Amino acid sequence: MRQLRLLAAFVWDFVVGDDWITAVGVVVAVAGTALLADATHSDWWTLPLAVVVLLSWSLWRVVCPRSED
Amino acid sequence: MSGQQVGLALSVFLACAVEGVEALTIVLAVGTTRSWRSALYGVGAATAVLAALTAAAGPALTSLPINALRVAVGGLLLVFGLQWLRKAILRAAGLKALHDEEATFREEREAADSVPRSGAGFDGYSFALSFKGVLLEGLEVVFIVLTFGANQHDIGLAAIAAGAAVAAVVGAGALVRAPLARVPENTMKFAVGVMLTSFGTFWGAEGAGAHWPGGDAALLVLIPALLGYSLLAARLLRARAQRTRAAEVERREPVVQV
Repeated sequence: MRQLRLLAAFVWDFVVGDDWITAVGVVVAVAGTALLADATHSDWWTLPLAVVVLLSWSLWRVVCPRSED
Repeated sequence: MSGQQVGLALSVFLACAVEGVEALTIVLAVGTTRSWRSALYGVGAATAVLAALTAAAGPALTSLPINALRVAVGGLLLVFGLQWLRKAILRAAGLKALHDEEATFREEREAADSVPRSGAGFDGYSFALSFKGVLLEGLEVVFIVLTFGANQHDIGLAAIAAGAAVAAVVGAGALVRAPLARVPENTMKFAVGVMLTSFGTFWGAEGAGAHWPGGDAALLVLIPALLGYSLLAARLLRARAQRTRAAEVERREPVVQV
C-alpha cells in the first residue's frame, strides 16, 4: 500500500508538479475547446487564449502570493 | 523533413541535452569521488530501464485513435510545457535561482565523500546514485520522446534526436572532465518550454475537434507568438523585481535631503 502511495505521489509530482491549478485549467480549457468545436468552426482561439491566461495567472501567483496582499 | 518533424527533433534534442547535463553532473561527482565502474553500471541499468519503457509504451500509444491521442498528448504537453516555461521565465526574470552545475557538483561530491566505502569491489552507493539520477532525468526525456514521437508516428526520429543529444553531452563531458557549467541551460529550457506548450496547444485543440486556420502552418505563428509573449513576461517581471528591490533599499536607507 505504501509503495502504491509513493508511486502515486511520484506520478502526481512528475505530471502535475507544484501547480495543480494550471493542470486543472488545461483540462477545463481542452474540454471547453471540444464543446465549442461541436457548436462552431471558429474554435481554434480558445486554447491559445487559455494558455496565455493560465501562464500569466501562474506567474502572478508566484510574484504576488496571497499572503503578501 | 516537415516543419512538425523539425519541431519534434529540436524539442527532443534540447530537452534531452538539458536533462543530460544534469544527469552528467551527478555521474561525474560520484565517479570521480568513489567508483567509476559502479557509477557506469548505474548509468547502464537506468538506460536499459528507460529504453524498455520507451519500447513498451511507444507501440501502445501509437495504436490509440489519433484524436484521442492528440487530446491526451496535447493536454499532457501543455501541463508539462507550462511548468517548464513558468520556471524558465522566473529564472530569466531573476526571480528564481539559475541552475548552478558547479554548485550541484560540489554538493554531490561532498555527499558522496561522507558515505563510508564498503571495500574495493562494487560500490552500491555509486550505482544507486547514478541509477537514480539518470532514471529521474531520463523519465522527462522518455515522456517527451513518446508524446512527440507517438503523435507524429515517428518515435524513431525522436529516439535519434535523443541519442544525438546524449552523445553530444557525454562527448563534451568526456572532453572537459567537469560539469558542463557553461551550457546555457535556462535558454534551452526556455526554448523547450515554448516548443512543448506550442505543440501541446496545437495538438490539444486539433484533437478536441478545433480547426486551425492554415492547418500545420498555424504552428509557424503559434511558436513565435508564444516566444514573444514569454520574453515580454520575463522582461516585465524583471523590471518589476528591480523596482521592488530599489524601493526596499530606499526604505532601509532613506536618502537624506539637504
